[in-house]
Amino acid sequence: MNAPLETVEIEATVNGERVKRSVPARQNLADFLRHELELTGTHVGCEHGVCGACTVRVDGEIVRGCLMFAAQADGCKVDTIEGLSDSREIEELQSAFVLTNALQCGFCTPGVLMAAQALLRDLPNPSREQIREYLSGNYCRCTGYQAIVDAIEAVAKTRQARGNR
Amino acid sequence: MKAPRFAYARPASVAEALALLDKHRDDARVLAGGQSLVPMLNFRLAAPKVLVDINRIAALAGIKVTKTHVRIGALTRHAEIERSADIARHLPLVAAAMPHVAHPAIRNRGTFGGSCALGDPAAELPACALALEATFVVAGKKGERRIAAEDFFKGLYATALKGGELLIAAEFPLARPGYASAFGELARRHGDYAMVGVAAHGSGKSVRAVFFGVGDRPVALEAENAGGILSKLDTDLEPRGDLHASAAMKLHLAKVLAGRVLGELTA
Repeated sequence: MNAPLETVEIEATVNGERVKRSVPARQNLADFLRHELELTGTHVGCEHGVCGACTVRVDGEIVRGCLMFAAQADGCKVDTIEGLSDSREIEELQSAFVLTNALQCGFCTPGVLMAAQALLRDLPNPSREQIREYLSGNYCRCTGYQAIVDAIEAVAKTRQARGNR
Repeated sequence: MKAPRFAYARPASVAEALALLDKHRDDARVLAGGQSLVPMLNFRLAAPKVLVDINRIAALAGIKVTKTHVRIGALTRHAEIERSADIARHLPLVAAAMPHVAHPAIRNRGTFGGSCALGDPAAELPACALALEATFVVAGKKGERRIAAEDFFKGLYATALKGGELLIAAEFPLARPGYASAFGELARRHGDYAMVGVAAHGSGKSVRAVFFGVGDRPVALEAENAGGILSKLDTDLEPRGDLHASAAMKLHLAKVLAGRVLGELTA
C-alpha cells in the first residue's frame, strides 16, 4: 500500500474473529475497537500513552491502543479484555482482584489485567517491586496499588505452586 | 484529543519510503513506533498531511554484530533490545538504559530509530549513542551517509536529518577491553522521562559521561577520571527548570546522580 490514503481497508483477527472494515486513517486502535466493534472494555483515558487504560494485545504483545492507528493493525491478531475474559485466560487474576478488592471504580482494571497477564508470562515469579515496576505504566486513582500488587502476587504464587503458568 | 486528519501510506521497502518522503517533503512525517509522534498528533503539536508508516519494512529491524560494530536497525523495538543477549554482551550501557525507557507496553512498540530521530533531550537512547560514540546511518535520495552521534543531535527535537531522509540504523563500536559503563536516571515515576539522567562510559584513563534532561540536547563531558567530570558540572551544565524541577534542583540532582553513576563506573 503505497499511495497515501485517508481511508484504509483493514482485515484483522480480533479475539479470534476475522473482521474487515474501512477505517479513517486517523482512527486509533482503541477507538476502532470501541466504536466500530463495540468492544468497550478497552478504556480510553489520557489519549497520549500515559495512563494505560487502553492496553490491548497486538500479535501477542501488550501495546497502547491509543498510540497505534487501526490502519496499522491490518493483518494483525488483536486481543482485548473481552477476549481474555471469554477464553478464561485471566480467570485467576479476575478472581484475585475481586478477593483482594484490587479495583474500586474499575476504569483502569481492563488495562491493568492485560498488563498483569503479560507480566506473569514474562516473569512468572515476580517480586513485589518487579510487579510495581511492570505496572508503572498503568494509572489507578482508587486503590493506591497495594491491593493490585497483592492480587498479582497471589496469582503468581498459585500458578507457581501448581507448576505451570 | 484525537489525531488530526492525515493520509496514511505504508511502504514495503526503504526505496518506496524514500520516494514518498521525497515527494511529500515537509508535509510528511515518518511513523515508526509512534510512541511519541502519536501523542504529538493527539495534542495537535504536529499535523503532517502524510504519515509514512515504516513498520512493515523488515530490512530496518534487527540487531547485527560484526567484528567491529553492533548495528541496531532503526525499526528495532525497545523490547527486542531489552531482551537481546548481543546487546547485553556488547553494549551493556544500552542494556542498562532499557528498563528506564517508558513502560513495557510502550517498549513493545517504540523503536530505537524513532527515539533517536525525535531528539527528545530527556530520552535515554540518544544519550547512550553519544556516550558510546555511535554513528547514525541515514538514507536519502542520493544514497547513504553517516553521521557521528556528536554531530547528530542539534537541539530540542532537532537532528541532522534533512527533509526526505530516513534514519536506517546506528552502528556502535564494540566494547573495548578495560572499558566499563554505568547508567542512572531520576524520574518522578518509573519509566517517565528523566528529570536528570547520566550515561557513562570509560576506562582507567578516561571517562565520558553524557547528561540528559538538563539541556536542549544530551550533553557529553569528558575527563581523565570521575572527579574531573564532577568538577565540571557547575560550569558545563546549564539545565533549565521545567514542570518537574527547577534549574537549581536539576543541577543538584545531576551532581548527586553523577556521583552515584560514576562511583559505580569506577567501582
